[in-house]
Amino acid sequence: MQIDEKTVRRVARLARINVTAAEAKSLQGELSGILDWVKMLDEVNTDGIEPMTSVEAMALRLREDKVTDGSIGPDITANAPMTEDNFFVVPKVVE
Amino acid sequence: MTDLTSLTLAAARDGLRAKKFSSTELTQAFITAIDKANPALNAYVLPTPGHALAQAKASDALIAKNQARPLEGLPLGNKDLFATKGIRTTACSNILAEFKPTYESTVGQNLWNAGAVMLGKLNNDEFAMGSSNETSRFGPVTNPWRRKRNGAIDNTRLVPGGSSGGSSAAVAANLCLAATATDTGGSIRQPAALTGTVGIKPTYGRCSRWGIVAFASSLDQAGPIARTTRDAAIMLSHMASFDPKDSTSVDTPVPDYEAALQQGVKGLRIGIPREYRVDGMSREAQTSWDQGIAWLKAAGATIHDISLPHTKYALPAYYIVAPAECSSNLARYDGVRYGLRVAGKDLTETYENTRAKGFGKEVKRRVLIGTYVLSAGYYDAYYLKAQKVRTLIKRDFDLVWDKVDCVLTPTTPNPAFGFGEKSGDPLAMYLEDIFTVTVNMAGLPGISVPAGLSSEGTPIGLQLIGKPFDEATLFRAAQVIEDAAGHFPVPTKWWA
Repeated sequence: MQIDEKTVRRVARLARINVTAAEAKSLQGELSGILDWVKMLDEVNTDGIEPMTSVEAMALRLREDKVTDGSIGPDITANAPMTEDNFFVVPKVVE
Repeated sequence: MTDLTSLTLAAARDGLRAKKFSSTELTQAFITAIDKANPALNAYVLPTPGHALAQAKASDALIAKNQARPLEGLPLGNKDLFATKGIRTTACSNILAEFKPTYESTVGQNLWNAGAVMLGKLNNDEFAMGSSNETSRFGPVTNPWRRKRNGAIDNTRLVPGGSSGGSSAAVAANLCLAATATDTGGSIRQPAALTGTVGIKPTYGRCSRWGIVAFASSLDQAGPIARTTRDAAIMLSHMASFDPKDSTSVDTPVPDYEAALQQGVKGLRIGIPREYRVDGMSREAQTSWDQGIAWLKAAGATIHDISLPHTKYALPAYYIVAPAECSSNLARYDGVRYGLRVAGKDLTETYENTRAKGFGKEVKRRVLIGTYVLSAGYYDAYYLKAQKVRTLIKRDFDLVWDKVDCVLTPTTPNPAFGFGEKSGDPLAMYLEDIFTVTVNMAGLPGISVPAGLSSEGTPIGLQLIGKPFDEATLFRAAQVIEDAAGHFPVPTKWWA
């Protein structure tokens, strides 16, 4: 499968990664190579096979519905690049 | 006095309890060794000598009062993927900048609660994505082993394996007694094999993933790298636990793995999968595999040829599932809540600039592959297909557990390679994990134990794969191989 530059740019946009023209070019080849290689899986007959969701058959645990954590605003924002009064500061989203 | 840094974890534990030396002396010996070695090996990305000496002092006080806990005063290294409270944690990625967690990983906390001392944070491939430790933001780690060519030492720098290359190099070079590590496709076992150390990836769910930087959540597991099977058993006994904070943590008691070590393999049924005889495997890997079979047989095990027919599809399936999960997990690095931010004209451009600057080349490649295989129109063809193949890989193992108790394979097709020899070709690098990745895909435990040296004088490892939660059997069989093969200390401390 040949991945073209337009596809690289579309996927990079979905992944929110800015790619330079040079990166887009080398990624075309690399992604095409990897996707060609994984197409080997088409040889495997998977008719009627359930996709794996968990390696061990286990039901998700439930816990009591009560507050076990909280009031740690300063901890949560401690590593943020920009904060104000325990809020994260981001560029304006709504005019 | 003998060099304290060359002691095994078990011997150091006994020495501390017998008050032959103090934890402060032991810890100081490692701090001195790290100072000398780190410029050449780059195993530690953040040594924490002050923290270590404070812990050692507290341990000495408890030892004096005969109140030593199981790992009291024993100095360990901690992979930089484990969150450490108040101590920089980066997963060796620029995007985490100077991130200082406000919490400790469960596995780390278990070790410190047992009395262990942390010497510092160990290098790894960025976000644990790599098999050579060449993708770290802090630069590559050098393997303490060097090749011999025509009888003379060749100065070519070799990789220590990856992603836990800092852990494997530090353990092999006596820069800690043992280390934490993580394994998503082979990241504990492959570096252990390339450095002559023992590494075990336990069953999925055995160690809590809480507080470990996530790569591919359905595959990630923590485990130790150590110098002996006994040391690995001691470490795992204290790393593993049930943790309500990890929804996939399994609530079963943690056995005393050390107690199982001397049980031997008499009557144990060992499977030899024919599909692991692959093209491109070195003759030496084949020879050591045959030797391992002979050792286990001599110790009373029975050998059985088995078939795991979907083996060759594990690696391509992995390179769909792991990138898919990584693209989801790494979405959190958005320049808002922690780490690096590179401002743009609006929020989207801020995201795009931050992630372009913060992620390295291999991480970007995997996020993009993952985004592609999960995107509309491709999900069924790639992701769903890979998850079905994964079911078949696990079924292969389920079907052999009636006939055998564990499976013996090589850990890697070849011994340690040089810097740059594979880093230009993603597919060549991915093939490093050909024998280890099936174990993650099926959620099973796997251990790598040193089995001998190549003609170049570098280590070769053998892998044992077990039934879910049967790590004890792996330790028993690994001990038999270790007893027969002997130990493989690094021949010269060329960096000291």
